[in-house]
Amino acid sequence: MAPGAVPARDGVPVPDGAAHRARLAVALGAGRLAGELSRRLGRGAGAVVRGRVVLGIAPDALRSLSAGRRTLVVTGTNGKSTTTRLITAALGGDDGDDVASNATGANMGPGLVTALDDDRAGTAVLEVDELHVPAVMRATAPLVVVALNLTRDQLDRTHEVSRTSRVWGDAFAERPVTVVANAADPHVVAAALRGSPVWVDPGLRWTEDATVCPRCGQLLEWIDGRWSSACGLAMPEPDYLLTPDGVRVPGGAHVPLDLKLPGTVNRGNAAFALAAAGVLGVAPEVAAARLADVDTIDGRYARLDLGGRPARLFLAKNPAGWAAALAMIEPESQLVVGINARTADGTDTSWLYDVPFERLAGRTVGAIGDRRDDLAVRLHYAGATPIVDADPVRLAAALPPGPLVVAANYTAFRELRRHVA
Amino acid sequence: MSPDAPRTVEDISDEASASLSPVPPARVRGDALTIVHVYPHLLGTYGDAGNAIVLRHRAQARGLPVEVVVVQPGEAVPTMGDVYLLGGGEDAKQTAAAHELREDGGIVAAAGRGAVLFGICAGYQLLGETFLGVGGAVAPGLGLLDVRTDRLQTRAVGNMLARPVAGSGLPDLIGFENHGGATVLGSAARPLGHVVVGVGNGDGEATEGAVQGHVYGTYLHGPALALNPALADRLLATVVGELAPLDDVLCDRLRRHRLQEVLPATARAGRRGRVTARLRGGRDSGASGATATLSDVPTAR
Repeated sequence: MAPGAVPARDGVPVPDGAAHRARLAVALGAGRLAGELSRRLGRGAGAVVRGRVVLGIAPDALRSLSAGRRTLVVTGTNGKSTTTRLITAALGGDDGDDVASNATGANMGPGLVTALDDDRAGTAVLEVDELHVPAVMRATAPLVVVALNLTRDQLDRTHEVSRTSRVWGDAFAERPVTVVANAADPHVVAAALRGSPVWVDPGLRWTEDATVCPRCGQLLEWIDGRWSSACGLAMPEPDYLLTPDGVRVPGGAHVPLDLKLPGTVNRGNAAFALAAAGVLGVAPEVAAARLADVDTIDGRYARLDLGGRPARLFLAKNPAGWAAALAMIEPESQLVVGINARTADGTDTSWLYDVPFERLAGRTVGAIGDRRDDLAVRLHYAGATPIVDADPVRLAAALPPGPLVVAANYTAFRELRRHVA
Repeated sequence: MSPDAPRTVEDISDEASASLSPVPPARVRGDALTIVHVYPHLLGTYGDAGNAIVLRHRAQARGLPVEVVVVQPGEAVPTMGDVYLLGGGEDAKQTAAAHELREDGGIVAAAGRGAVLFGICAGYQLLGETFLGVGGAVAPGLGLLDVRTDRLQTRAVGNMLARPVAGSGLPDLIGFENHGGATVLGSAARPLGHVVVGVGNGDGEATEGAVQGHVYGTYLHGPALALNPALADRLLATVVGELAPLDDVLCDRLRRHRLQEVLPATARAGRRGRVTARLRGGRDSGASGATATLSDVPTAR
């Protein structure tokens, strides 16, 4: 144990003492300087650099900065940033109540440190990378973890979903925590049962990664959108259920949803937000009303101007995310898809064949991004006609008239944000 | 030396008409070409369904009627299919799939009558004599390929380029590998190619994949046939004979991009990784999955 640390009730050392406080102050100061330098050099917002410097000097800074706050952790393969934003709004973060959050999506230790240093609010809503959940839980002792989903994503970086499910389960069993969990996702359910679950049925089903029971390894049976396994593990009855026009909440009341965000997937994210806010005592009607004005999340769903042609920007990073994005696109819309394969995207493009691009059969689709040639071949085999161009503005001019949607994976999406209207 | 420029459409389809095996499978002419996608829920880690999509599309483009049959565990594997596809999968699923396929017997019977089998990663390993199953225990494969799989010291993850063995008539094999298997070929199996970038079989002899009669295995994972249309056509031609050329302009462009930009970058990163490892006094970590550089190319043709 470090000098100045005292044992907490559960044996985790909570740093204390003047020496520790002084070191943290020095670390935070150095971090701010580094972040400012990074910004001035044009290297982005500097949130990650700043957090890294802080953690380099004070490795337990995340624990210190979290002490005394009500912390909610939001994790999962898809929907983390949107749901984090919605929960922040549901807790009154847009109405003058103080809620700290890592709104720019830097979702590992350094990004969290920066977000918590910037805002000393008593409540923190933290988006956390799936694989960093155990470490962040140990440092921040969250009241609530929102576990959205676990689907295949960047297998060259992460692991198979069954392994992530076990890692989460071990973390949820380590200390008392309420897990607001997706009842429709077997891998989430297997993990959440090891904490205190509040079940949410967010409407959509992604069964491609939920074929085998995470507990016994046998094939799952899916009947009418409900799953069960031979070992007895089965989809729990949801406490919050997405309905065609709102959310059925505990007690049976029906709360209507009126969102600016498009798509069923975001209505599902809103259901998670009502459930998380409910754990902290916010009435679902109050929470739902607070969600209505959220319209863009760090560029997601932003309006673009592509050489005079308006477009809406979607982010999708993996097969389940793409399936959700394709479901949001109206039949009369024109579509441009952007694919990169840089480190942050995952360097393997094989997943393109797990995306149901067959839904675009017969349509002309624009292909941009570093891997536009990979995408063009995939679209061709899906029965669509790709138009390949490096320049989204030229593509926008080449596509037939109609509302235009540009959907891109992570680094391609980041580059497209420069076209925000 | 830079990698070969991609071949033209004509080259690819000419090459595809030559079969590696002299015995065509027993097949009733006029029936639909049957592609059997084996256990996608167990053997389908990442884009493996793409191979069935590609074969169906390329057969239909030649006016051939095609049927894709998806078989799940518990269902009988048809014995009269023409091409059987087995994809990648994690250890537990691979062991379960091998067990089911042995019990079922359908795929072994199909191989016996000369059907084309194409196994990727876990699917490749389980076609062999033995592989490592759950917990690293040696598990029996289907014995259709004379290969045995042990474990690589470092997992192979990255872009791969393999130069096909002399006389195969195939252009460069490209793709992505993500596996921990070290596969050694026995005398009855021949490698598909020699690794130029990446790890491949990891047998110390820079081989990649295996072929034995009509049974193919490769560590080019996921939609390998989308990136290697000549190999896709080779599988089809083995069943139906000579194929008319297709307009592969999009695929040619994709292969050119991989060969001229992606693979050289991977090779450079591999070289950097090895130099760094040497400077640190450590062993070659194979960090990027690159074991050879584009200048070490063993020229097979």
